Amino acid sequence: MSYLNSQDIHKLRNRILSISGEDVSKCIQCGKCTAGCPISPEMDLQPNQVLRLIQINDEDALLRCSTIWICASCQTCSVRCPEEIDIAKIMDSLRKLALEAKIPVGEEKVVKFDEIFLDSIRKRGRVHELELVMKYNLALRQPFKDAHLGPVMFTRGKLGILGHKIKEVGKIKEIFKNSRRIKQME
Amino acid sequence: MTESSHDENIELMTYSEIVEVKGFVGNFDVTIRKKPRYVDLTKCTGCGLCTEKCPAKVPSEWNLGMGLRKAIYKPFGQAVPNVPVIDKEHCTFFTKGKCKVCQKLCPAGAVDYEQQEEVVTKKFGAIIVATGFTQFDPSVYGEYGAGKFKDVITGLHLERMLDTSGPTGGHVVRPSDQKEPKNIVFIQCVGSRDESKGHPYCSRICCMYTAKQAILLKDHFPETQSYIFYIDIRAGGKNYEEFVKRAQREYGAIYIRGRVSKIYETNGNLIVRGVDTLTGKQVEIEADLVVLATAIVPQPDAIELAKVLNIPYDQYGFYSEAHPKLQPVESVTKGIFLTGSCQFPKDIPDSVATTGAASVRTCEILSKDELILDPKIAFVNPDICSGCLNCVEVCPFNAIESTVVDGRTVAQVIPTLCHGCGNCASTCRTSAVNVSGFTDDQIYAQVASVFEILKKESLLELSE
Repeated sequence: MSYLNSQDIHKLRNRILSISGEDVSKCIQCGKCTAGCPISPEMDLQPNQVLRLIQINDEDALLRCSTIWICASCQTCSVRCPEEIDIAKIMDSLRKLALEAKIPVGEEKVVKFDEIFLDSIRKRGRVHELELVMKYNLALRQPFKDAHLGPVMFTRGKLGILGHKIKEVGKIKEIFKNSRRIKQME
Repeated sequence: MTESSHDENIELMTYSEIVEVKGFVGNFDVTIRKKPRYVDLTKCTGCGLCTEKCPAKVPSEWNLGMGLRKAIYKPFGQAVPNVPVIDKEHCTFFTKGKCKVCQKLCPAGAVDYEQQEEVVTKKFGAIIVATGFTQFDPSVYGEYGAGKFKDVITGLHLERMLDTSGPTGGHVVRPSDQKEPKNIVFIQCVGSRDESKGHPYCSRICCMYTAKQAILLKDHFPETQSYIFYIDIRAGGKNYEEFVKRAQREYGAIYIRGRVSKIYETNGNLIVRGVDTLTGKQVEIEADLVVLATAIVPQPDAIELAKVLNIPYDQYGFYSEAHPKLQPVESVTKGIFLTGSCQFPKDIPDSVATTGAASVRTCEILSKDELILDPKIAFVNPDICSGCLNCVEVCPFNAIESTVVDGRTVAQVIPTLCHGCGNCASTCRTSAVNVSGFTDDQIYAQVASVFEILKKESLLELSE
């Protein structure tokens, strides 16, 4: 059961507003975000329910849900929202709040994927698809999961064995260094 | 409509446009352009032979392009007066110089290709504006495929098909293959309640006409199943809620609380993907026909007409009433009244009610010898008016004109047009214009006494 407390009923709404500039009180619960979401069947909370929970300040349910982590940020919801609410941006803000509150991310796979993805970027300045898939599937102890796709993608030139590097990898490394420094400062 | 055409106190001017409105309540000079219809109103008997024999066929506007009409035609069956008009752009005679079939066949000799436009100016005591609405073009919703998929239509298309004198004779068919649809999906609020499309208001009539169409479909074609995607069911009106309940209970319409995000085509059928927010799940429906409840929007030339009439309109182009609660059919300009959907989306009972109200309000003006006006209006002291006429420029109601007093040009207020807004008074450099009850002297006296009170109660410290 959700207990609605009039004292800080607008707390979460205001925090989201200050982080993202998006006002969830505009939401009329039409559900178009959920209707078009490609990840919707996998989500424990539907996008329109996420917005509703912000409206009634249910922080606990929101920061512990898997939805905010499995949202692919494809922005279909944001583009089609009749109230022009950028829902993908709100998902970003919720992820930020969950990390700040040090709530363990329930979606291990997502964290693993993000780590491997960013690692690839740090090293090369761009992603190396083969490395990403292999490392990810090894980490999840399912080494042969996407193996059948490999030969087809390889023959069509979608998978490079060695991967590519961008010209100025140093600058990318600098970005990573700076962001780490900012985080420490915070 | 037919009754009004027979009334001796009513002069109908159809196929005419208002070009200019001058004057004020009780005294309007209206210039009207009567467009040539190329058929003599006094001679035509309305037999319809010309329409029958006309060789030129054009998509019918009345049937939203779903059927054809002739180049000499009446827009719809019950049109008043019962006299056709020639569509000059598509008439074979006007475009190619040959044909004249209608003229040759007309037993009354009413067809006259030489008819010219006529401009007349007449005096009127009051004006009622009832220019109606048009429907929102849903093709801006790429995700709904209106305009791309033939079987995605609007409520008005379905309404025409359900009409026994309509393009399909009351038979509902899919535009793509003329087959009878089984699964019909209705989508509410297409355009309406959509900030991103510029129409955040509710169109008010769609909930009810959709329920009606779902009932009619089941009634005429028992095989059909209707699915209605809605955000809220707005059935506020006498017996409205019961009507929607009947659509659900007796006619088996399935109402789904949620919006549709995408329509796509597979194997000639439409797949509608939406959400049922009550179960929190996405739903997909294979539809034979999709009906969009498109928003009610003002006529494309509504703002143009508002400028001619000098009446205010809102951000969407609907005409504004003088007061939303207490003067709902009066425009801000005295003597001009509003009714129907030119004001905001209205259903039939509301339109009839406001029309009655507006008619009675005009009778109120026309039945009296003298008008009672608000006394708080502007007046000019001609002795100190310098005749700069800045006040004429700033008046939003065109209520100030110039006149000559003792050989000098001075401003003069037309009391029936003035609303007492005070624009003129604050603009006047010599304080020659003032508003009764709010003269400069009175306002200064008020300010002075407020200062006195504040000083007395030590609420104000003046550094002297």
